[in-house]
Amino acid sequence: MTEVKMTVNGKAASGNVEGRTLLVQFLRENLNLTGTHVGCDTSQCGACVVHVNGEAVKSCTMLAVEANGAEVATIEGQAAPDGTLNTIQQAFQDHHGLQCGFCTPGMVMSAAALLKDNPKPTEADVRHYLDGNICRCTGYHNIVKAIMAASGQDVGTIAAE
Amino acid sequence: MPKDHGIGASSKRREDIRFLTGEGNYTDDINVNGQAYVYFLRSDVAHGTLNGVDTSAADGMPGVVRIFTGADFEAVGSIPCGWQVTDKHGEVMQEPRHPVLAHGKVRHVGEPIAAVVAETLEQARDAAEAIVLDISELPAVINMKDAVKAGAPKVHDDLTSNLCYDWGFVEENKGAVDQAFKDAAHVTTLELVNNRLVANPMEPRVAVGDYSRGTGDHTLFTTSQNPHVIRLLMGAFVLGIPEHKLRVVAPDVGGGFGTKIFHYQEEAFVTFAAKACNRAVKWTSSRSEAFMSDAHGRDHVTKIELALDKDNNFTALRTDTYANMGAYLSTFAPSVPTWLHGTLMAGNYKTPLIYVNVKAVFTNTVPVDAYRGAGRPEATYQLERLVDKAAHELKVDPIKLRRQNFITQFPYATPVAVEYDTGNYVATMDKLEEMADIAGFKKRREASEAKGKLRGFGVNCYIEACGIAPSNLVGQLGARAGLFESCTVRVNATGGLVVMTGSHSHGQGHETSFAQVVADMIGIPEDMVEIVHGDTANTPMGMGTYGSRSLAVGGSAMVRATEKIIAKAKKIASHLLEASEGDVELKDGAFTVAGTDKSVAWGDVTLAAYVPHNYPLEEIEPGLEETAFYDPSNFTYPSGAYACEVELDPETGQVTIERFSAADDFGNIVNPMIVTGQVHGGLAQGIGQALLENCAYDSDGQLLSASYMDYAMPRASDLPFYDVDHSCQTPCTHNPLGVKGCGEAGAIGSPPAVVNAVLDAMRSGGSKVDHVDMPVSPHRVWEAMQG
Amino acid sequence: MYNFDVEMPTTIAEAVKALGREEAQPMSGGQTLIPTLKARLAAPSVLVSLHGIAEMKGVCNNDAGQLCIGGATTHATVAAEVGTQYPALASLAARIGDPAVRNRGTIGGSVANNDPSACYPAGVLASGATVVTNNREIAADDYFLGMFETALEEGEIVTEVRFPIPEAAHYEKHLQPASRFPLVAVFVAKFADGVRVAVTGASENGVFRWTEAEEALNANFNAEAVAGLKADGSAMISDLHGTGAYRAHLTGVMTKRAVAAITG
Repeated sequence: MTEVKMTVNGKAASGNVEGRTLLVQFLRENLNLTGTHVGCDTSQCGACVVHVNGEAVKSCTMLAVEANGAEVATIEGQAAPDGTLNTIQQAFQDHHGLQCGFCTPGMVMSAAALLKDNPKPTEADVRHYLDGNICRCTGYHNIVKAIMAASGQDVGTIAAE
Repeated sequence: MPKDHGIGASSKRREDIRFLTGEGNYTDDINVNGQAYVYFLRSDVAHGTLNGVDTSAADGMPGVVRIFTGADFEAVGSIPCGWQVTDKHGEVMQEPRHPVLAHGKVRHVGEPIAAVVAETLEQARDAAEAIVLDISELPAVINMKDAVKAGAPKVHDDLTSNLCYDWGFVEENKGAVDQAFKDAAHVTTLELVNNRLVANPMEPRVAVGDYSRGTGDHTLFTTSQNPHVIRLLMGAFVLGIPEHKLRVVAPDVGGGFGTKIFHYQEEAFVTFAAKACNRAVKWTSSRSEAFMSDAHGRDHVTKIELALDKDNNFTALRTDTYANMGAYLSTFAPSVPTWLHGTLMAGNYKTPLIYVNVKAVFTNTVPVDAYRGAGRPEATYQLERLVDKAAHELKVDPIKLRRQNFITQFPYATPVAVEYDTGNYVATMDKLEEMADIAGFKKRREASEAKGKLRGFGVNCYIEACGIAPSNLVGQLGARAGLFESCTVRVNATGGLVVMTGSHSHGQGHETSFAQVVADMIGIPEDMVEIVHGDTANTPMGMGTYGSRSLAVGGSAMVRATEKIIAKAKKIASHLLEASEGDVELKDGAFTVAGTDKSVAWGDVTLAAYVPHNYPLEEIEPGLEETAFYDPSNFTYPSGAYACEVELDPETGQVTIERFSAADDFGNIVNPMIVTGQVHGGLAQGIGQALLENCAYDSDGQLLSASYMDYAMPRASDLPFYDVDHSCQTPCTHNPLGVKGCGEAGAIGSPPAVVNAVLDAMRSGGSKVDHVDMPVSPHRVWEAMQG
Repeated sequence: MYNFDVEMPTTIAEAVKALGREEAQPMSGGQTLIPTLKARLAAPSVLVSLHGIAEMKGVCNNDAGQLCIGGATTHATVAAEVGTQYPALASLAARIGDPAVRNRGTIGGSVANNDPSACYPAGVLASGATVVTNNREIAADDYFLGMFETALEEGEIVTEVRFPIPEAAHYEKHLQPASRFPLVAVFVAKFADGVRVAVTGASENGVFRWTEAEEALNANFNAEAVAGLKADGSAMISDLHGTGAYRAHLTGVMTKRAVAAITG
């Protein structure tokens, strides 16, 4: 077992892990941060996306020891301390960008990474950016819409509610 | 002006807050103190004699608690099938035993053979690798038509053949149908495959079994759409645990789409093992396991024929379908190609004579059962591809041919045993034509052609049947369950309500939309109503969520229970108001004596119910809590018309969806935002089936599409913004809300529109091909275009 | 996963030393290796993470004007930093996998793994790049030996890849719909002394140079020059997503389109 220390959502976190312990396992099992999900075993679904040192990564495809010393951000740290949703979270609720909620943490974290690099993405930008995030419920329509709305763009002309 | 609360308002979903902040409570988030983990050793061959399972090297390995094999389950019941179909000769279907762990034989890749319970999952897996299996491989039967040939290897040695049943519907019509084909002016014939799919909810299945020796109580936490059904099937038929000693909890569930309806071996295993090991046992499916253990969907091979008279009126329809059951009968498998499929073959058309033949076949593949739409997508796809082909052969406009044959009078009794209570197929088609901008298509095609691309346009109609019912009828048809729904409404002293529903929400937003209904009925804010679901310990016996039934059936039970609440509250109010009950009315959360300004607020009435100081105790009991069970008198029949426009790259065969328009009639609508979202999701799954998804086996029974590396899940970049409308509304005539159901429509209605559009595009490029099977992948399109 | 020790060297020398341990295996971004480990298809005793080696990260130019990309440089970094010098390579890197994968996956890992459907091998081979390891330099033409096979020896790691910069280049990719790897992708690089065409995704032998197309394009660098050319489908992959004949056809189409994108 190796001790790892990292900052998770601004707080110091540490624990003992095996070499094979994945970052997602450390978050879910050691830190009880179960908002980050595992939806596949081939690094494709994106339910596990978190930020490590400000970059979106798949926490199921990174060892916990590789995150030693890193700044990690997860879905649990996205809302304000008083519980107020951040702009992206609020846009997901406003535009019905989630149904079962399982892919949602990864979607929100990917969206945050996208908007950091590309503050006014086009529809095509958003769709391509989500290549590594699979949703089975929404058909993506309202996710794309929510992300564009979160970027401050007018989505009123996009079809339907 | 859209409503801002209650029925008809696009209320924002309250459940979103927990999902958006990582506070959802999914089954894998549940850990019981002291729990052990199970790893299932699964068959890697499709068919074989299981001569022995040697666990001796594994038994003493680090962390191993206990290893189970099929022998441990000999005294345990078979995983039951919930529907018994009677064939065209009046014989009941062949029904094999379905063991928790394989015994004697393995029958599909992925079938669990042994289960290792250990301190950690990795230890369980290490030990599983040390188990030595002695399997004599047998030839596998994969192709359905081969499976029913004389001399084919049998999946189940104790059955007479691989034919589960040979169903004819309506058998008495067969002679007249055959005659109509002889008399026809034109016959259109089509052979097609409805491709096998894997439902793939993003949350893989999870089951945690717990047991208390102190009380003898079992608890199962599981990813289910219907915890009561699991409690009944598993408790009564598999493990012999009475319901009062078994609690089944389906907490937040990350999507279901049908595949989480069924009772699976893993649930029975963890429940059994928790008692045997005297500690909680947890199983979390990996996605790779899900591909070979979640029930698959669709997988029909069909020949369908349409007879038309000289004026292009449909005179008869005849189908011959092979439906894959897989190796065992999953919970509702036999009903899918029969009562959920044959009964829908009339579609939106007044075809007077219909005969449907379905042969259900056992093969060495994962069991096949209901997947979003369940039987109805198969019916719609056959019919709507066939009508398009007929239009092409007859050189008539496909929309015109459809309109000419539409059912226009309701109620309408079809020749396949169902009665459509209401609908307006002309209105949805009118709406669709407007949405799809057909007039502008020519210009769009020219623009595509200028880029070296082809462009195609396709439409289809659909009808579906939701809220399968009534129980006494489905019982005659072979259902081994009632198909009612239940609800308990508990009003607290200070006026808030807890609504305990037998429906389950796993993405549908019931916690919001159900609250809208109750709040609207009473005239109170939605946040005074809490919806509770998913736990057999605190909800009445319910049948769960599938078949777009929740609002139509579960919502109706909720309305009935709320009506009882209101009736009792009115009695209390009339006492408080010293008025006759008939003069008291409930409006905007207050009881008022008609024509006066005398009123008493909702909260004062509810308080009186629990503080019955001034209360007619001799007439009514204190308290305010009511339960209702609702058993519908008929299905509901949502319908609609869909249009798809594609661009096709003739050099690569790549198809892109450029436009998709959907005009649906769902009857009345409670939350338009949620309904639209349901349609979006259904469309993505239907478009996924049409263009991308394919669960394929090789001839040895190895699963070729066993992960997301080979099973193409639709991604954001595969799909467009959809244009969805549900302004055409013919309310259901027989449920109190006038609602029909919207969850499956998109998946039912979209595949034929996509394929029709692709074929239109191919033809515009000179191709003579008249059919390509789904998924119409670039490879298949390119090959078809080579001639 | 089977368990393993993890070594986190910070220099190439330390990494090489760690790789000397029994059953040691290097891991760069881990985007292919970790899923492989999860499936228990590999069982190293020691995993040597190359992620923390600063000297293997980043992009620079050598005296010969070549573009030098450290082996542990992520796809995201290449996409962001080489666009001006070598836009086709930046475009290739920007389209590998998905954004989260690009933030971890590295050029060295991709080239060392030599997946028959990976993107980078096409870019490296078409560019005539040099694969630099901890103890030698290997020309791309000598490096890729077949599906998942390279000239790397046990314990040898890709520390850098040096790209001569062509006059013009383009990477054209047709996706496998499930994995989103290339079903067939073609990298065309036009140098002053000739054209190089590399194809990935198609062949059972991994990435290869399509010499017939190169000859045709050397004679006439125009999409028309390859329009009638047929690749040999006999050694091409046939699977759920396409037959060898389809892949051979796509090889022609992708090549033609890559050339057309260059000539405008």
